[in-house]
Amino acid sequence: MPRIPVGTAIESALQWLVDHVGGFFDALSAVLLFAVNAVYTALATPMPFVLIAVFGLLAAVTVRSISLTVFTVLAFLLVVGMQLWTQTLETLAVVIIAAVISITIGVPIGILAANSPRVSVCVRPVLDFMQTLPVFVYLVPAVFFFGIGVVPGIVATTVFAIPPAVRLTELGIRQVDAEIVEAARAFGPRPGQVLREVQLPLALPSIMTGVNQVIMLALSMVVVAGLVGAAGLGGVVVNGVTQFNIGVAFEGGIAVVILAIFLDRVTSALGGSRGSGRRARAALDMLLRRRPREETDQVPVRTAA
Amino acid sequence: MIEARHLTKVFDLPPARARRALDTGTDRGRAVREAGGVLAVDDVSFSVQQGELFVVMGLSGSGKSTVIRMINRLVAPTAGNVVYDGTDVGGMTRQQLRELRNKRVGMVFQHFALFPHRTVRENAAYGLKARGMPRRERLQRADRALEQVGLGQRGDAYPDEFSGGMKQRVGLARALTTDPDVLIMDEPFSALDPLTRRSMQEQLLELQRDFRKTIIFVTHDLNEAMRIGDRIMVMRDGRIVQLGTGPEIISRPADGYVHDFVSDVDRTRVLTASTVMQPPWVTATLDEDPASVLARMEESRGRGVYVTDPGGEIAGVVTPALLSEAIAEHRADLGDCVGDDYTAVPDDTPLVEFCHLAGGHTVPLAVVDRNKHLVGVVPRARVLDAIASAPKDVNEHA
Repeated sequence: MPRIPVGTAIESALQWLVDHVGGFFDALSAVLLFAVNAVYTALATPMPFVLIAVFGLLAAVTVRSISLTVFTVLAFLLVVGMQLWTQTLETLAVVIIAAVISITIGVPIGILAANSPRVSVCVRPVLDFMQTLPVFVYLVPAVFFFGIGVVPGIVATTVFAIPPAVRLTELGIRQVDAEIVEAARAFGPRPGQVLREVQLPLALPSIMTGVNQVIMLALSMVVVAGLVGAAGLGGVVVNGVTQFNIGVAFEGGIAVVILAIFLDRVTSALGGSRGSGRRARAALDMLLRRRPREETDQVPVRTAA
Repeated sequence: MIEARHLTKVFDLPPARARRALDTGTDRGRAVREAGGVLAVDDVSFSVQQGELFVVMGLSGSGKSTVIRMINRLVAPTAGNVVYDGTDVGGMTRQQLRELRNKRVGMVFQHFALFPHRTVRENAAYGLKARGMPRRERLQRADRALEQVGLGQRGDAYPDEFSGGMKQRVGLARALTTDPDVLIMDEPFSALDPLTRRSMQEQLLELQRDFRKTIIFVTHDLNEAMRIGDRIMVMRDGRIVQLGTGPEIISRPADGYVHDFVSDVDRTRVLTASTVMQPPWVTATLDEDPASVLARMEESRGRGVYVTDPGGEIAGVVTPALLSEAIAEHRADLGDCVGDDYTAVPDDTPLVEFCHLAGGHTVPLAVVDRNKHLVGVVPRARVLDAIASAPKDVNEHA
């Protein structure tokens, strides 16, 4: 068996991309950097205690649990106490940007896949590839394209986090009762109306589970992104580990866990794991300061993201 | 109103291959099966009149649900077409098809298929929303439709707060808000308990009386079909086995399959006065001479005859005793000697409602048509015959 130069081929393909569409990557890099800085600035502008109060409120409204609210407030106070507040916000900003991008890309692909077996068949191996390829493997090309810093971290995180958005959106839409979809079609709706008003709302619990998964994966990836120079908690952990400073590494790790628990509980409450889809909708309505049960022609998932 | 011509549907095959399999001629079902498809509906033609309650009856897998879905093209026929009010549904543009579904054909589903994330009112308003009607107006009209089905005050509830019967009322209201000419109902009452089913059937009949909708109603329950259907199309394995009125099917089943099917039916509810009656042996008119009537009566050994007035309505009955009296008094006609010892029933009365009346008088039960004209009589023996005898016998006597 002769050696098949897969590696060489990929290398030259990447090199070709850098040489010929490098400008595109530079532009993308600038946009991502701007976005993540904007989110970070927005988070960092208020006093930490104000933001912690907002987090507590968010936990109270969505999860409706006193213990989680208390935990949220105390845990984030601990983060401030560990002097990791800035890094936590940096990480949160990256997670938010990566999650938003993943969802904006993943949900529409999931919708397409749900409606077309052909798309579904094509998309599946790509998703497998994205999810199972060891993350370091595409972290390096990301650096190749975007240089050291936060941007390759965002890109790698996004790639890693897209699959659950696609998968759970597709699953959610496929699980909507066929008779209900048929009933909607039987009344001659406008194109897209069935999707917007019936399929997506009914798939919402599943889609929100996808959003939850996206965020959790993004968070886990953010730490890895610390390796390529992304700041934030990933950087703290990487520093701690490489300098054999166990204390620092653990502090960073604990902050990650706190952020993870908070994000997980809030987003899974939105997904309706604690009650029917309607409760989730009501929570969404409350979050968006809408009167409950008021009609929304918007796609809830988009506003949630 | 609706005309289905040679509707054929093959599932699980691309249309071109399905058509090729169908074209083989001899055994279409086998040809399709060998090609890997399923012949769900095989050359079904029928027409539904305006205002008719047309029932499609068959067991599961008989293709009945597929047939009705081809009317509004939720299922596209592999061959054949549906003509709605002179327009070929298959030739409609997307826009026309949307309009057909939205304005002219309402649909009710077996498992209600309500939108669980919307209030009952919003559910009922869905068709109008699809039409783009402003919110306030469509919700008002939804409330009116809910009123019609007896849920006027419950618009703010969500479907999962409702029982099956109430949910299906919402389903019905949803179909009624768009004020369609045609209602397609796919086993709408199958998922309901028997009592609820009965009251829903009554409500449907009432609605149809009031609004004269054309209704295409699918069921697997022959009693239900007989109860509500003007005409019934019995299907089996994707084909029509028989198409006719309930009494026709009961009294003249097309084949053994239908015969077996109808043997379970409560015949007394299906057979009507007009199907069991026979022509009166003897009748008389008011201006006849009592003596000649008496002679005729004795000839036929009857114990009484119906006397009709010049308009054909029943004036009363005369018995030998009454006639003898009239002869003794030298009356020239029957004008003053008719008695009222009889009972008349409209010709569409189900047997169950009048069988206890048969034999209550010296004359058999009279059957009158819509204009109160005497059209036949039902002697007691006929009632017993109709209930007991094999369908074929009933037919021979009738």
